[in-house]
Amino acid sequence: MFEHLHENNRLQLLIGFLIGCCFGGLLSISGVTEYNVILGQLLLTDFTVIKVMLAAVVVGMIGIYAMKERGMVELHPKPGSIGTTVIGGIIFGMGFAILGYCPGTVAGAVGHGSLDALFGGVTGILIGAGIFAAAYPTLNEKILSKGPFHSMTIPDYLRINPWYIIIPLCILIGGFLTGLEYFGL
Amino acid sequence: MDWTPYLAGAGIGILSWIAFLLSNKPLGCSTAFTRTSGMIERIFRGKKTDEKPYYQKFAPVVDWEWMLVAGVFLGAFAASLLVGGFAFEWVPTLFGETFGYDTGLRLAVALVGGILMGLGSRWAGGCTSGHGISGTLQLAISSWIAVVVFFVSGIVTAFLLYGVLW
Repeated sequence: MFEHLHENNRLQLLIGFLIGCCFGGLLSISGVTEYNVILGQLLLTDFTVIKVMLAAVVVGMIGIYAMKERGMVELHPKPGSIGTTVIGGIIFGMGFAILGYCPGTVAGAVGHGSLDALFGGVTGILIGAGIFAAAYPTLNEKILSKGPFHSMTIPDYLRINPWYIIIPLCILIGGFLTGLEYFGL
Repeated sequence: MDWTPYLAGAGIGILSWIAFLLSNKPLGCSTAFTRTSGMIERIFRGKKTDEKPYYQKFAPVVDWEWMLVAGVFLGAFAASLLVGGFAFEWVPTLFGETFGYDTGLRLAVALVGGILMGLGSRWAGGCTSGHGISGTLQLAISSWIAVVVFFVSGIVTAFLLYGVLW
């Protein structure tokens, strides 16, 4: 669907920008662009980040898979490996706790006036991304390819209808969130 | 209870439908930083920058995701003006109350954290939005593993940093 629209590069830049504006507005209103909220999540005293993410996953997942069945959208899962996903993830997590923002929320934090996000965060992320680009050929050869995951998605791996994963997962997430609210977290 | 996080999250889920439909793309933010980093490097090193294998994968140009991140900035700015909450701040209160309101210290810590974040997000092939939301909602194996590792590593680091366990 909308293939002509997908090929219109200039219009795509505008669409990306408009979706980004809504994304930034929602991130900001929910509070997750604040250092205190992100660190609160990692210190397990404030569960806002997890609530926002899980609500997005439930709504997104049901819609994307329903549209995929009707041939309206294509999936774009990323490949991964132990060397990529686990090692990169550990470094990411350390950065997440020390900086207190991630690449999306740092842009939102700058938007509402956080100067540490601008001068420390954005500058640091640009340097870190530059270091990765410089080290990429060596890392790619020695680490990134180690222990590749052979399937892209969980339903592919288990060779079952995706709804057998989606429905139980939504129930599980619903139960977890109900539990959080029950305990006043 | 406060419904705001759930409503905002549901809104982000709907935005991901729109992004898949209209742009054939998942929401993600970290490649925009790679591209920007390449654009800055190009100022100093010129065309040689484009020869780097990683910039051949992610060319240093303004693309859809770059515009998305620019939009996140503007959207958060507009929302903070409309709803309230816009304030220039050098040191977040949680950091200030624990480590002191020292702007230099906070900037140094944020810079170190940012470098790890930039390195780690590109190393892992995605961030809290690309893996944490877009990848998990597609049930991607790499993204579910990534998001669990992000949070476990983040929680351990935060506990060590804030000295929760001693």
